[in-house]
Amino acid sequence: MTQLILIFIAASIVNNVLLSQFLGLCSFLGVSRKVETSVGMGGAVIFVITIASLVAGLLYKFVLVPTGFEYLQTIVFILVIAALVQIVEMFLKKFIPSLYRALGVFLPLITTNCAVLGVALKNVTNDYSILQGVVYGIGTGVGYLIAIVILAGIREKIEYNDIPEPLKGSGIVLITSALMSIAFFGFAGVI
Amino acid sequence: MNSILMAMIIIGVIGCIIGILLCLASKAFYVEVDEKEEAVLSVLPGNNCGGCGYPGCSGLAAAIAKGEAPVNQCPVGGAPVAAKIGTIMGVDAGESVRMRAFVRCIGDCEKAKSNYEYTGMEDCRSMAFVPGGGPKSCDYGCMGFGSCVKACPFDAIHVIDGVAVVDAEACKACGKCIEACPKGLIELIPYEATNVVSCRNKDKGKAVMDVCSVGCIACHLCEKNCPAEAITVEDNIAHIDQEKCIGCGVCAQKCPKKVITILNEPKETPAQN
Repeated sequence: MTQLILIFIAASIVNNVLLSQFLGLCSFLGVSRKVETSVGMGGAVIFVITIASLVAGLLYKFVLVPTGFEYLQTIVFILVIAALVQIVEMFLKKFIPSLYRALGVFLPLITTNCAVLGVALKNVTNDYSILQGVVYGIGTGVGYLIAIVILAGIREKIEYNDIPEPLKGSGIVLITSALMSIAFFGFAGVI
Repeated sequence: MNSILMAMIIIGVIGCIIGILLCLASKAFYVEVDEKEEAVLSVLPGNNCGGCGYPGCSGLAAAIAKGEAPVNQCPVGGAPVAAKIGTIMGVDAGESVRMRAFVRCIGDCEKAKSNYEYTGMEDCRSMAFVPGGGPKSCDYGCMGFGSCVKACPFDAIHVIDGVAVVDAEACKACGKCIEACPKGLIELIPYEATNVVSCRNKDKGKAVMDVCSVGCIACHLCEKNCPAEAITVEDNIAHIDQEKCIGCGVCAQKCPKKVITILNEPKETPAQN
């Protein structure tokens, strides 16, 4: 149990997927304009990463390892994640339309989010069991949510500041996220 | 060789299983979508500007498909899009006049006076907290801090010499800038409009002259000289009824302050007498 909590904290804060592993940066910069949408994106990422790490873990353990084709993991995981997001999208559209509308365009965006694939692959390299993998997935998703909401909050404030012309747009956002990343490195060594 | 074959088979099998699952899922989770709604959505511009009053193009498409919104609701697409939606919905689109936004102030840095130098937040709405409602001496004029520029989704409005100016070609008349302007200076006029009053100052003539060299002083010269009786002066400010205006340009010639500006070239030369 302690180990699971440690994995969770390590994934969400210490080794934050965005700020110290630099995975999934495209959506980090893309949908962090408003706090509201960033929360939606964060929720969708938690949701998909959790399911994806479970399914990818099962597939790896019961199909790829017994047949000895571990090197196919990347391509298989991409396949599985893309299909999974599709099925989840259809499922939500049918049964929970309100959540489907809330997540909106974010679900398809996650299909190609490297953070999701990254977690599935990390589970393998870290030799996690399926349960540990799922906890690692949730932790990563929570870390994603924390980082993107903080950045969105800062960006909402930046809107009203006098930014030098060449830095407007993604320039200032990259600088901001770099500073956030440095701040998050303060957590290194906690675990 | 064998291992390559096996790898192909494994990926192939997994792919097939996923394909079949997706196929089954799409049957099991099938949601009926209105065909008209999709067709309408494909015709709409897709900017999701919200100019129609619905949350994005999909919201408008749903409303049009249900018959809750008229086919010419989209201000951005204008007549061509309305006609296409009309054929999809099987109704006549009717006439839709192309509109554009227009800023009723030409008191730029040279022509209008300032009470003091202002350095601070560049936002028109924050001027309510600044002494005198902003540095500009005229209480009605454009402050040029560009809240409308930020609001414009089409990059059609820019601050030039301290006054916002609309690019008529780029403007889609979505109305975002109208909401953004705290002074209520921006209005929609027909794209074809030729003569417009570029001032909204409701003060008396003397007070206007003190703060701006291009302010309407309510001299009534335009009202008296208009051959089409399209101009009325109310609250010390001239109004041009664009439906009555024939675009002769007499008012612009007579205006002593040159507040009435000519946007497009006059359609016909004024009768000489």
